[in-house]
Amino acid sequence: MTLILAEMAYWQETSIRLLVGLAAVLLPAGTLVYLFLFKMMSFMQSRLGPMEAGPYGSMQLLAEVGKFLQKEDIIPRSADRLIFKLAPFVVLISTFLLVLVIPAGPDLWFIDVDTGIFLALAVSSISVIGILMAGWASASKYSLMGALRATGQLIAYELPLVLAVVGVVIQAGTLNVQNIVMAQATGEIFGYGGIGNPFIFTQFVGFAIFLIAVQAELTQPPFDMPVAESELVTGYLTEYSGLRFLMFFIGEFATAGIFSALAATLFLGGWYVPGLDPTDGLFNVIGPAVLFAKMLLVAFLIFWFRFTYPRFREDQLQKLAWKVLIPLSLINIVITGVLKVVF
Amino acid sequence: MAIKIKIPGMIKGLGITFGTMVRTLTKGSHTVQYPHVKEAPTPRARGVIALHEENCTSCMLCARECPDWCIYIEGHKYKAPPRRPGGKPRKKNALDRFDIDYSLCMYCGICVDVCPFEALFWTPEYEYSELKISNLLHDKNQLGKWMETVPEFEDYEKGSEAKKAQVPE
Amino acid sequence: MNKATDTQQLAYIAGQAADARVNLEIETEGMTLNIGPQHPATHGTLRIIVKLDGEQVIAAEPMMGYMHRGYEKLTEVRTYPQVTALINRIDWLGSFANEVPFIQAAENLMEVEAPPRAQWIRTALFEMSRIANVVLFLGDMGVQLGAVTPVFFAFRDREFILNQIEAVTGGRFHPNFNRIGGLKDDLPKGWIEETRGVLGRIQNFCDEIETLVAGNEIFQARTRGIGIIPADVGLAYGLSGANIRSSGVDWDIRRDGGIGLVHNELDWKVWTHPDGDSYARFWVRLQEVRESCIMIEQILDGIPAGPVMAKVPRIIKVPAGESYVETENPLGVMGYYIVSQGDLTPFRVKIRSASFNNVSITPWLLKGVYVPDVVSILASLYFILGDIDR
Repeated sequence: MTLILAEMAYWQETSIRLLVGLAAVLLPAGTLVYLFLFKMMSFMQSRLGPMEAGPYGSMQLLAEVGKFLQKEDIIPRSADRLIFKLAPFVVLISTFLLVLVIPAGPDLWFIDVDTGIFLALAVSSISVIGILMAGWASASKYSLMGALRATGQLIAYELPLVLAVVGVVIQAGTLNVQNIVMAQATGEIFGYGGIGNPFIFTQFVGFAIFLIAVQAELTQPPFDMPVAESELVTGYLTEYSGLRFLMFFIGEFATAGIFSALAATLFLGGWYVPGLDPTDGLFNVIGPAVLFAKMLLVAFLIFWFRFTYPRFREDQLQKLAWKVLIPLSLINIVITGVLKVVF
Repeated sequence: MAIKIKIPGMIKGLGITFGTMVRTLTKGSHTVQYPHVKEAPTPRARGVIALHEENCTSCMLCARECPDWCIYIEGHKYKAPPRRPGGKPRKKNALDRFDIDYSLCMYCGICVDVCPFEALFWTPEYEYSELKISNLLHDKNQLGKWMETVPEFEDYEKGSEAKKAQVPE
Repeated sequence: MNKATDTQQLAYIAGQAADARVNLEIETEGMTLNIGPQHPATHGTLRIIVKLDGEQVIAAEPMMGYMHRGYEKLTEVRTYPQVTALINRIDWLGSFANEVPFIQAAENLMEVEAPPRAQWIRTALFEMSRIANVVLFLGDMGVQLGAVTPVFFAFRDREFILNQIEAVTGGRFHPNFNRIGGLKDDLPKGWIEETRGVLGRIQNFCDEIETLVAGNEIFQARTRGIGIIPADVGLAYGLSGANIRSSGVDWDIRRDGGIGLVHNELDWKVWTHPDGDSYARFWVRLQEVRESCIMIEQILDGIPAGPVMAKVPRIIKVPAGESYVETENPLGVMGYYIVSQGDLTPFRVKIRSASFNNVSITPWLLKGVYVPDVVSILASLYFILGDIDR
């Protein structure tokens, strides 16, 4: 991007980055909602899903957005108005910040810092604050309890998320995301350099842990006790209706898309397609499409688990995180470190 | 040497949902897109009741037996000409009003069962919803029009001793 | 006193009050939670008032009656065919089964017996209503625990059973097919072959559910050891059906005391499970669906030829007397106690519905249980509100 825009003024460059950033968040969200939530879930349930709005129901999301836009804006009387209104934005901020570090081509990046992955993992925790704000500001006992449970779950699964990535970092030798992609592109598997070295082959344990942790971070089944607690106790989202609920909803799917893109970048090789030179300018054109396709693949896995499994109870969830995932990821780190030094 | 690897149930469950998805994509879903495609219900389905007016003698049995009292019948007696010249004029019933209120009807079929003269018939028609609830009161003419949709009675399975009834023309 | 100190003091007091409010709000001791009447976890309008201590239930009290329709009073002013049409709606998922004990009790009083062909077809439809009812339970238990897919499979495969019931009786949910002395009509041509195909689909569905739900480790972690009902407690509370059979009690009215249905001429077994937890209740019902498919196959092979209706007068007046008949309905044991005084209408009908007794164990069962498990237990007990409230 810097090459193409070398002649542009700063404000033009910034506005293009803003638009592209918005698209990079909303496009995955919309695609995931349509492709997986409407269509894939329906196919797995022997039905066709929305078919009326647009060809094969593709405009259903627009129809839903329109429906949410015309709803009444209800805020509970004893709610803390400012925090209530700010909470969805805080959750969305973490998504927008996450998308900054993912490169879509050798020259297509928003920021290229040497601590890219560290930055990504740090900002992904901001959404926890947003959820706590939502539960607190709803001025209801049950919302608060639901939010506290959600916070407990999200904090518990932050650690496996981070530790799973550490294995990748050790293997790549750098925290810079662009360099991690390059390491996968130029790496070799036992001397064979044909397909590069996507880290999923050696870091399959890390990949599995990352996926499970992402599932829990998004509060999706089988880890959706905080939101589906609404069977029994109202969850933190109850008082949100209309446009504010839509922001949470889109935020959830956008985060799913961005985390899938991150997983694709770290484990599957990002924008690289084997067979071509990684520094080729062609990748600036097809890179985004390749990354999108890999993101869809990872998101398929996440949603496949979502639609098949029942949900864990809260204590079983925590036990899984603390007693199974964290030790596993620590062992993964140790083995990766040892093998990195040996080979 | 066969080593039996126990696949955890969670993985097999994933296989089932994936298989269903593939089946839906290749062979089509189990649902039909209703207004564009309509599945025909079975011939015995209880959709709406049709009236064959010639057979009705306003004996009032159906109106009496209806659990919801949704059938309204009014008739009058008239003198029909004698069958043979020189005979007595015959007293006959004429049907003035025969309404079935489908907003009350519970589709139990007792009226059809109880009619001794085979004047009421079931048809599988179900698309008669109205915007005004008073339009759900079907009068004599409309009930007569439903007779066109009454299917022929089906044959019975082997071993049955029931006789197939006939739908009058 | 200057104003600044006043304002400061007021601000201080307001702050203390706000703190106290917060402490009161997140006070979790002795919190009363009201589940229902509008609630996705209860199959209808059941209200359960639950007193919590943190995460554990101290006391639970079910309050039923939100769907009371006055059946027993209605039957006093309805003729026997009208009552048959109404009682379809008590347990609306397995609706043919509701009519059978009532009709049999009336047949006892009239001393008329349905011909053999009618009894065989009645048994086939009885078992089909069991399949329709329990298949929904199998999917529904998944949805209560968070798996959204099995319930769609349940509805999809249940449609085939309902189509078969509709092909014979004319109604999918409310067949209204029994008459005193037999059945209203005979089977249409081709029905037996079609039903055999449908039974194959139901067997496939059972295999799918066994892999997708029962074999799932998460499901087992949520249901094993949860909500254990010992056999003596279950019998004391009047549990019946699969709920008591999954606590190890080998009691099934189809085998032990049924009249008018042909179960004793078929080759089938009663399934029990020793554990008595939620998983056992799920597992027993799964096996019962399979067993019903086997039973219907045998029935279809052996329906005798003959009439489907005995000779009864056109206007039914049941002679005076009292009669009580129980059958093993999909939800449990259902019984009708008819008191007749020789009129067109019964004098008094007492309906013993299965879910009423099944729900009565909730106060005992939910004590000491954690809040997320309450849903799992209620789902596994499986009651239908129409059956509780009548």
